[in-house]
Amino acid sequence: MTFELFIFYVFSAVTLFSAVGVVTARNPVYAALFLILAFFTSAATWVLLEAEFLGVVLVLVYVGAVMVLFLFVIMMLDINIDTLKEGFTRYMPIGILVAVAVAAEMILVMKSKTFDRPIPEAAPLDSSNTEAIGEILYTEYVYPFEIAAVILVVAIIAAIALTLRRREGVKKQDQGAQIRTRKEDRLRIVKMKTEAKQGER
Amino acid sequence: MIRSIKHFIKSFTLFELFQGLGVTGKYLFKRKVTIQYPEQKTPMSPRFRGHHALRRYPNGQERCIACKLCEAVCPALAIDIEMEERADGTRRTTKYDIDFFKCIYCGFCEEACPVDAIVETHIFEYHFEERGKNIITKEELLAFGDKHESEIAKRKAADAPYK
Amino acid sequence: MDTLTTFLNSFLPEGLATLIVILLKIIAILLPLILAVAYTTFAERKVIGYMQARMGPNRVGPKGWLQPIADTVKLMFKEIITPTNSSKVVFFIAPMLALAPALAVWSVIPFWDGGVLANVNAGLLLILAINSLDVFGIILAGWASNSKYAILSSLRVGAQVVSYEIAMGFALVGVLMVSGSLNLTEIVRAQSGGLFGWNVWPLFGLFVVFFISGVAETNRAPFDVAEGESEIVAGFHVEYSGMAFALFFLAEYASMILISTLTALLFFGGWLSPFGTAMDDIPVLGFLMGDGFHWLLLKAMFFLFCYLWFRATFPRYRYDQIMRLGWKILIPVTLVWIFGEGIAIALGWQPWL
Repeated sequence: MTFELFIFYVFSAVTLFSAVGVVTARNPVYAALFLILAFFTSAATWVLLEAEFLGVVLVLVYVGAVMVLFLFVIMMLDINIDTLKEGFTRYMPIGILVAVAVAAEMILVMKSKTFDRPIPEAAPLDSSNTEAIGEILYTEYVYPFEIAAVILVVAIIAAIALTLRRREGVKKQDQGAQIRTRKEDRLRIVKMKTEAKQGER
Repeated sequence: MIRSIKHFIKSFTLFELFQGLGVTGKYLFKRKVTIQYPEQKTPMSPRFRGHHALRRYPNGQERCIACKLCEAVCPALAIDIEMEERADGTRRTTKYDIDFFKCIYCGFCEEACPVDAIVETHIFEYHFEERGKNIITKEELLAFGDKHESEIAKRKAADAPYK
Repeated sequence: MDTLTTFLNSFLPEGLATLIVILLKIIAILLPLILAVAYTTFAERKVIGYMQARMGPNRVGPKGWLQPIADTVKLMFKEIITPTNSSKVVFFIAPMLALAPALAVWSVIPFWDGGVLANVNAGLLLILAINSLDVFGIILAGWASNSKYAILSSLRVGAQVVSYEIAMGFALVGVLMVSGSLNLTEIVRAQSGGLFGWNVWPLFGLFVVFFISGVAETNRAPFDVAEGESEIVAGFHVEYSGMAFALFFLAEYASMILISTLTALLFFGGWLSPFGTAMDDIPVLGFLMGDGFHWLLLKAMFFLFCYLWFRATFPRYRYDQIMRLGWKILIPVTLVWIFGEGIAIALGWQPWL
């Protein structure tokens, strides 16, 4: 067993362990943490495959951004674990059935001709993975890429449009206006003649 | 319109931020005002009100005549006096306690004293090491006065013209 | 280093020798870093003190120079208190999770030409990715503390860091467009040619955005709503004491030094001298004025000083204004700048090359 293989097995074992942890952890925050670990170790596996760009992006997008928001939601919601776990044994057979079906499908797909091709030669170590992906993305696959981008933009706009609502009669702060105010808008300097004290004059 | 353009330019050049940085940058090189306390001390007025002391006349007799004016004037009720008549017919205290935890160092006792017996000295660096030691007895006050008499007299003399 | 590797190889199995050399390199990076962190805290107290016409710490050791060591010793001997009903495992993992990324990022930072632990191709991306992990330590610390203040703080930090990461990422996109590489050594090399070869000039707006969002990323004043001592006591680390607290402190200052170093590397030519190669032939002056680690150190120290300067100058931002600055100002600014830069590159109008 070479050193690389050893590292691969370590990462795979951790990935599997944490993936099991995601579904078995009693505390949803722990489950989310296991998910982070799973993402991280799979990113490490990708880096091991010299797909460093994909690995880094996986960490950046999923771990760095998506999981943060995930954790947010979980921390804010007070999830009752007992009610969540209620029908666990009842739904177990169906769950196992689904799992077996998914696994079988995966195996069938992997065994198919499309995947039955020789392992490509590893790129030389100094070649830039990022550059290669960028080149392919913006030449060969430029239309699918652009379409995906447009779909994402549509999804973003739709999400904003769905959640944006203007409410009347709500007190709100306009930070721009607050910053734009000058001293003269709020402050009036009054020049007054000095008044005589009581009893004087 | 002009105003919003002005605001735009002002905020994007970070004008006000640089102004603020300039102020702190200037202060970085200014003379520091810190007093390095145990080595350096701020000047002290002769009227400074610190640790109390009971004074004696030059012949060694206690000044205090147990008139209890200080006890009466004390706003914090920190002074506790008991008295008796001595064999020679003088009126003297048998107990003169000041609770330093109650005392607010207002100096009224000193003002009230007709014979300049109780004074507040310039000494403010003192501490107590045991519970109950915050109540200073007559003996301690007299001893304190004896110890610092020269300094007390000097400060009283310095302040005398303004009284 | 190579001689050491060959020497170790002579009596050790091959893998082990490499491992030992790498470990030695890590120590050679982290030890000065941790020392730098300690003395950054000292510098912070001194600089802010001086700006407030005070003297700052000057009692421990000559001129106060042993103050950080005294602080460390004190923190090490303090008891670590765990709050009741807190999640113990997460409570102790959180400070480590905060510290580990802050230290791991240094593996791809080049200190001089070739002086880097791991010369990774996607170095810049790696820094962004690892930097984005910083926030977990804080969020988990807030959650595990079982304290209202702590969780409020961790929510604030989470939203803030995720928001400013975008502006920061865009600023980095501008940098890599100019230099055409994600490798930090390459980026610095692309800036050679003296003072006017540096990236700041064509990318001045991005530099400002990068540094502002860097300050926000590290939760430093004026963006330190995570601490917010006036409203949420001390934020996510209220419940932490002793060494666990020290780890958060270490992580924060290591990130500060990292952002300063990154600013120097990406926008100010890193180890490149502002005089270019003009003075290389003069014996002693040539060494001082030529490229070298000392320039990087000098530049990074300047930005670190800026951090302290900002803290002494600016009042804390209000939370909604932080969000407005991040989303409505910094991100549009970077987008416009990148757009203009793209046009300039496409037209071949590259005055900086």
